[in-house]
Amino acid sequence: MLPALIPAIPFFSACILMLWWKRLNHISVTVIACGSIALSSLIALIVAATVAGQDQLPLVQHVWQWMQVPGFTAGIDFRMDALSVVFTLVITIVGLLIHVYATGYMQEDEDYGRFFACMNLFVGSMLVLVMADNLLLLYLGWEGVGLCSYLLIGFWYKDPANGYAARKAFIVTRVGDTAMAVALFMLYQYTGTLNIPEILQETGGLWTRGDGVVTLIALLLLGGAVGKSAQLPLQTWLPDAMAGPTPVSALIHAATMVTAGVYLIARMHSVFELAPAAQTATAVIGAVTLVIAGFSALVQTDIKRVLAYSTISQIGYMFLALGCGAWSAAIFHFVTHAFFKALLFMAAGAVIVALHHEQDMFKMGGLRKQLPGVFWVFLIGAASLTAIPFVTAGFYSKDQIIWLSWSAAGGHTAYWLAGLLGALLTGMYTFRMVFLVFYGEVKTKVHRIPGPVMMVPLYILAFLSTVAGFIELPHTLGHVTIFSNWLQPVLPAVEVLHESLAMEWLSQLISAALALGGIWLAWHWVIKKPGGMTEFLSMPGQLWLQGFWRRGWDMDALYDALMVKPFVYFSDINSKDLIDKIYTGLAQLMGWCHNMMARTQSGVLRWYIMGVVLGAVALLSVLIWRLYEI
Amino acid sequence: MNIHPTTAGLLLAGILFVLGLISVLIRRNIIFMLLSVEIMLNAAGLAFVVAASHWGQPDGQVMFMFILAMAAAEVSVGLALILQLYHQLRTLDSDEASRMRG
Repeated sequence: MLPALIPAIPFFSACILMLWWKRLNHISVTVIACGSIALSSLIALIVAATVAGQDQLPLVQHVWQWMQVPGFTAGIDFRMDALSVVFTLVITIVGLLIHVYATGYMQEDEDYGRFFACMNLFVGSMLVLVMADNLLLLYLGWEGVGLCSYLLIGFWYKDPANGYAARKAFIVTRVGDTAMAVALFMLYQYTGTLNIPEILQETGGLWTRGDGVVTLIALLLLGGAVGKSAQLPLQTWLPDAMAGPTPVSALIHAATMVTAGVYLIARMHSVFELAPAAQTATAVIGAVTLVIAGFSALVQTDIKRVLAYSTISQIGYMFLALGCGAWSAAIFHFVTHAFFKALLFMAAGAVIVALHHEQDMFKMGGLRKQLPGVFWVFLIGAASLTAIPFVTAGFYSKDQIIWLSWSAAGGHTAYWLAGLLGALLTGMYTFRMVFLVFYGEVKTKVHRIPGPVMMVPLYILAFLSTVAGFIELPHTLGHVTIFSNWLQPVLPAVEVLHESLAMEWLSQLISAALALGGIWLAWHWVIKKPGGMTEFLSMPGQLWLQGFWRRGWDMDALYDALMVKPFVYFSDINSKDLIDKIYTGLAQLMGWCHNMMARTQSGVLRWYIMGVVLGAVALLSVLIWRLYEI
Repeated sequence: MNIHPTTAGLLLAGILFVLGLISVLIRRNIIFMLLSVEIMLNAAGLAFVVAASHWGQPDGQVMFMFILAMAAAEVSVGLALILQLYHQLRTLDSDEASRMRG
């Protein structure tokens, strides 16, 4: 009975909170919200131990028959195998830390209970997504996280801008979801089932490598993944999603929503293996996204938007790894990324709260002395994001991707170069942020020092984002493969074409040098010569380029011109169409009837009597007619 | 020509009823309307009595007793209402008392 409890408990607590949050007091809301996730993560640990104990045989649990029609059955079945165990553990544990942090962050919000109701629903939906045994149930969780992202991004709904951001996230991801739904229909049409293990078994017999149908299915699945994981060309919703409270951003970026696409591709890996074109598309999308998001992150002024673009960029690394066939490397980067991105977001949230909801980095500065605890954890997170060699988790996961993007069977020198450029950009934008926020002169007074409720989760995450890397070490440094061995039963090992220690060393040294070089550049521009930066930036063309990057490569304007404006134009034309007239006419008819009926109530007694008489005459006529059949 | 007594009685009741109905419809003075309602009630009572004698059953006469009792009650309530109406509006015109329109 255990696996089903993992998503059931957050759903249950979400129901309780939704129904009664106005009547529950602050403490009971906190206990219900955090306690449920804590319980789930405990059960997830027990399940993980069970799966590990029985030689990684998947734990399958049938809960309920959802629908059954001739030729198609879909159940509420949960399946815990190596891959879903990894995701479940990250979602529940990071989710728990974010929940605990959020009790401090949202302390003074009047909609405290509503916030936690949505957060629990979010975690529950994501757990359904990763634990689902069939694609229909997976799609339920998939749409569940979409709904929760809408609810939470627009959490402070009184500001119309937040509502717009929420709707944008919902609609843009819906584009990808439609592609994914079509992929599911096609999969069902060809395989006759939506059960994931059955699909993975049957694909090999049904299609040959490079078959058109399987390529189309893989591309449609990729479309769904691109939408949820905010990759090119559907990445525009994620920077705007910063409208929600910071714990929400941490949850979306670290443990839930954006990793759903990575999970989907890893889950359907045998479909992708049969479609080399789709795999190449995945790698190219990842490589291009990680570079352009890096450039955008470089020029942002809002601290949360830097982190948002950095997430897009890091998910780009994961897509690159998936495209190269380095499945476990992508999942490994997902795990470390979950730790350090949650850490960075929540540390940024601590800064934002301390400065009374100031998010502009250029109005911060010198916080190193005033918020030393936050400074250190932020630095650890930033180091992990930048992939500082040897001591950070980010180094081990990211360099594995960079190395495999060249050496794996699906790799290419261009991917490798994109990965290296991304490493340089990551160093630059991350430490530009660190230097702007924590160094230099003090610009804003600190209003509130974050309490232990907010700091303890940060310390835990800082610890995790340092040590999590040591479960998977490259050939050059000890060659530990605990993580990829764990995933082996589910995800095939990567095919390495160029097995060369010297080249691996070279790749690692170059990327480490580029990361450190990025930090040096950031230091040079922000600390050493702030004037030089302004001079450089005021060069002709540079100003335009900078704005172009800041606006996210004008993707919003492009969509506005291509989609939104024509759509609004046509809907304007179409607003007076025939169908509307039917409904308007119906409403008018009803209004007319109402007027007539109101007029009968005149208050004149004789008219009433007349009505009674006419009714009596009518009744008698009918009666006589029926009696005598005249 | 010979008319059967029952038919004659029912005809008389019908004529009385229609007369009462017409005067309820055309009168504006509320006292006359009340009187006309009494006429209608009596017409109905007459029909009951005629039917009772036609079938040789006492039920119709019993029913007439009920109608008489009800008519008495109705008159007492109706007169009280008329008094109130006159007190409020200084008129007996029922059309004036149309303030209860919707």
